Amino acid sequence: MNKPLRRVALAMMAMVLLLMGNVTYVQVIQAGELRDQPDNLRTLYDEYSHQRGQIIAGGQSLANSVETKDDLKYLRTYPKGPVYAPVTGFYSSSYGSNGIERAEDSILNGSDDSMAFGRLSDMITGRTPSGGDVELTINPAMQEIAYQQLTSKGYQGSVVALNPKTGEILSMVNSPSYDPNPLASHDRNVAAEHWKAQEEATGSPMSNRAVSEIYPPGSTFKLITTAAALDSGYTPDSQVQTASSIMLPNSTTPLPNYGNKECKGGTLTEALAHSCNTAFAEIAGRVGADKLRETAAKFGFGQNLQMPMTAAKSDLGPMSDPASLYQSGIGQRDVRVTPLQNAMMAAAIANQGKLMKPQLVKSTRAPDMEVIDELHPEQLSQATSAGAARQIKDMMLKSEQYTKGSGKISGVDIASKTGTAQHGDAADKPHGWYVAFAPAEDPKIAVAVIVENGGDEGAEATGGSIAAPIGREVIRAGLQGGG
Amino acid sequence: MAQPEAASETTGSAPAPRGTTRRGTELLMLVFSAVIITIAIMLVELSQENTVTRQLFYYGAAYLALFGGAHLAVRRWAPYADPLILPVVGLLNGLGLVMIHRIDIAKETDYTIRQIAWLALSLVLFVLVLKFVKDHRTLAKYSFTCGFVGLALLALPGVLPSAISEVNGAKLWIKFGPLGQVQPSEFAKILLMIFFASFLVSKRELFTTAGRKFLNVELPRPRDLMPMLVAWAAAIGIGVLEKDLGTSLLFFGIVLVVLYIATERAVWVVLGLSLFAAGAFLAFQTVTRVQSRVNVWLDPINNEDGYQLKQALYGLGYGGIGGAGLGNGSPERVPFSNSDFIITSMGEELGLVGLMAIFMMYLLLMMRGLRSALAVRDSFGKLFGGGLSFTVALQLFVVAGGVTGLIPLTGLTAPFLAYGGSSLLANYILIALLLRISDAARRPQTPAKPKPQQAPIAEAHTELVERPR
Repeated sequence: MNKPLRRVALAMMAMVLLLMGNVTYVQVIQAGELRDQPDNLRTLYDEYSHQRGQIIAGGQSLANSVETKDDLKYLRTYPKGPVYAPVTGFYSSSYGSNGIERAEDSILNGSDDSMAFGRLSDMITGRTPSGGDVELTINPAMQEIAYQQLTSKGYQGSVVALNPKTGEILSMVNSPSYDPNPLASHDRNVAAEHWKAQEEATGSPMSNRAVSEIYPPGSTFKLITTAAALDSGYTPDSQVQTASSIMLPNSTTPLPNYGNKECKGGTLTEALAHSCNTAFAEIAGRVGADKLRETAAKFGFGQNLQMPMTAAKSDLGPMSDPASLYQSGIGQRDVRVTPLQNAMMAAAIANQGKLMKPQLVKSTRAPDMEVIDELHPEQLSQATSAGAARQIKDMMLKSEQYTKGSGKISGVDIASKTGTAQHGDAADKPHGWYVAFAPAEDPKIAVAVIVENGGDEGAEATGGSIAAPIGREVIRAGLQGGG
Repeated sequence: MAQPEAASETTGSAPAPRGTTRRGTELLMLVFSAVIITIAIMLVELSQENTVTRQLFYYGAAYLALFGGAHLAVRRWAPYADPLILPVVGLLNGLGLVMIHRIDIAKETDYTIRQIAWLALSLVLFVLVLKFVKDHRTLAKYSFTCGFVGLALLALPGVLPSAISEVNGAKLWIKFGPLGQVQPSEFAKILLMIFFASFLVSKRELFTTAGRKFLNVELPRPRDLMPMLVAWAAAIGIGVLEKDLGTSLLFFGIVLVVLYIATERAVWVVLGLSLFAAGAFLAFQTVTRVQSRVNVWLDPINNEDGYQLKQALYGLGYGGIGGAGLGNGSPERVPFSNSDFIITSMGEELGLVGLMAIFMMYLLLMMRGLRSALAVRDSFGKLFGGGLSFTVALQLFVVAGGVTGLIPLTGLTAPFLAYGGSSLLANYILIALLLRISDAARRPQTPAKPKPQQAPIAEAHTELVERPR
């Protein structure tokens, strides 16, 4: 009987080998795939089992984790929820995450490669591992005033402010905004209820208008047309069209100035300061679609931007015939920009034509406060020559003088351009734009403000009346408070 | 999770020199496994309660006392038994207890103390079996009693009303009020094996007689097929009446292997596997429970009935190669994490490395058992020992393969590791019997009786020394 016994021994070994082979497959090869299954609560458990790092701006904690007695140990809280929601994003056990919470997840949860050594020492010393902190470039004073300005009047819109020299994002505000706190709730029902409410709310509060929505720029786009003109042989004193209305090429459609008024002055400078449509439509026609496109690209149009969240691309549209080129020259037709893009345009002019990459993360720090990474200013392009930038700035200073609206700051020169963009979906209620930088002689802040659908002034609204006061308040807060 | 047993075993497969009992080795290994268990409890305390209490040394000492008792019994009544079988069983049992304790903490249940009570009872039975079964061959004398009782035990829950016998969908139990429940099939498998082994030994010649030749293969005579067909029918009966595929599979697999060992003819295995395939196909066609199990096995992640297996696989994936560490995973999320799914609980917290070590321990146990069967001199012992060892192997394969997604899931428990009183009791009896066979195999042959003074050849009678076979 010994022969069959030996064979049975072989069979038993084979059985154990099969078991071993199978667990090797499951635990080594299949492990990653299993961990990534959306309903794998272990991964979630793990994520919530140690303290996630903070998101900080100007010494304030914008997002932090507090210990609870729940199944998931740490609860994410946002002390000033909606104000900072466009930057922090949310961190939810049922809806994933977005904003900085998503973009900097590996630092916040402590899994980043740069923190491997710290994790090792935590393991040896038995200290509970925790995530690293992310410090943002946001200026809380500016962020909060911008939010307060937009929301107190019930506006829908957005404010983006940049440091023109470094590209640091000083504020990024949306209205309406949402509160990330209930989304972070460990109670599925609370999160689901809030999520549903946000989806059904008017004005889509969870869309990050500042970087992901595109709008017609209206007259603010004339700054880029001006840059293209100056690069094509125009000077600030060049004579331009002053007629109150012109006919679009090859058509019978008139293109009038605002209020159908004749343009005063007759120079390029005056035309920008008064925002003459006829002048810039013709200039666009003269410099041509290619030149306009090239200049816009140097100001950031069509760029794939990560700051670290991804921004929507701004675009000029097809500009297939002269008529559409005329309209594009004044920021109508198919030209679409994000508020961020408009702020970048102002920042490039402020920074002697150098366009800096917008960035939101000032530094990342390991749990022991050691700095992992710091912001390095990065130039994206020379949008326009330093000389042209200076000339455009002078035009913008003049434009600010002609712009109505409250909130002018004594002793501080602001260079600005307004825009009042007609748009298809609510034709009689234009979007009001205000792009500006200050102080003009040594710019520290560049800002773009959009107030959608005429704000509280309806069809009569202009960029100067609804957006400019907000922009000036944000600049004031930046220069005086904490800046 | 080193493999001290394997390392210390230097003699390999060569039989130990006659006369050495190697009980010292056994004791040393038991002490070593007590150390491993103590460290394991310490890790659980550290990660779950963040303290280390002096109590854990009491646990370690209690563990050592329990198995020390078993060791003394072996020393007394089976001194020549294999020295590694008991320590391997002890270590597996201890690791199982640590995991049950760890899941108790997470779920605030009290299975550990119950399992310890079962263990104590099991060890008492273990000692009694060693004491009263002086020679395994005596068991063969009671083979028909064993067979009858075994069959009755096997069938009992199937014919009892569900209220008494059904737990989690399987009618395998006999419940004694709230106190506990017993799974008679666990004991039936040993009793039936005694019957089957002795039956086959007595009728061996019959089974090896060739029937008619077909395609160059000698087929058994049709009437010799009867025992196998009866076993097959009984296995299907268990599957249908008691709704338990694991026991059905285990029962049939054991019969098949014992038949093969007895007859040395592979044709039995082929026939048996064909019958199994037919039975499995039939079951798949007709029983929804089987269909569901197979579908879950094919796609555990997306099948809505696959919750248990999916969670178990998530646990394994989470453990990865090195494991989450004892007390650092969340094995309690898997249903039955301390019984049917204890293998994956181990895989989650001890990782692939720990699971490999556990499989190696089982392999060592089976091989030691089989080695005893090889070395023992009587046919019944060989058949019985081989069958017992294979029982351990098949139980492990069916349950571990099931919970790790290798084969469709059926309800069996991992011997010694998993929570479950009946399984523990039955498997300790199994081990006691295996040690008994092993003792017989390694015991020095009693010196031959002094030869009678040989009379001068001229005066000798003609005597028949042995009847020629």
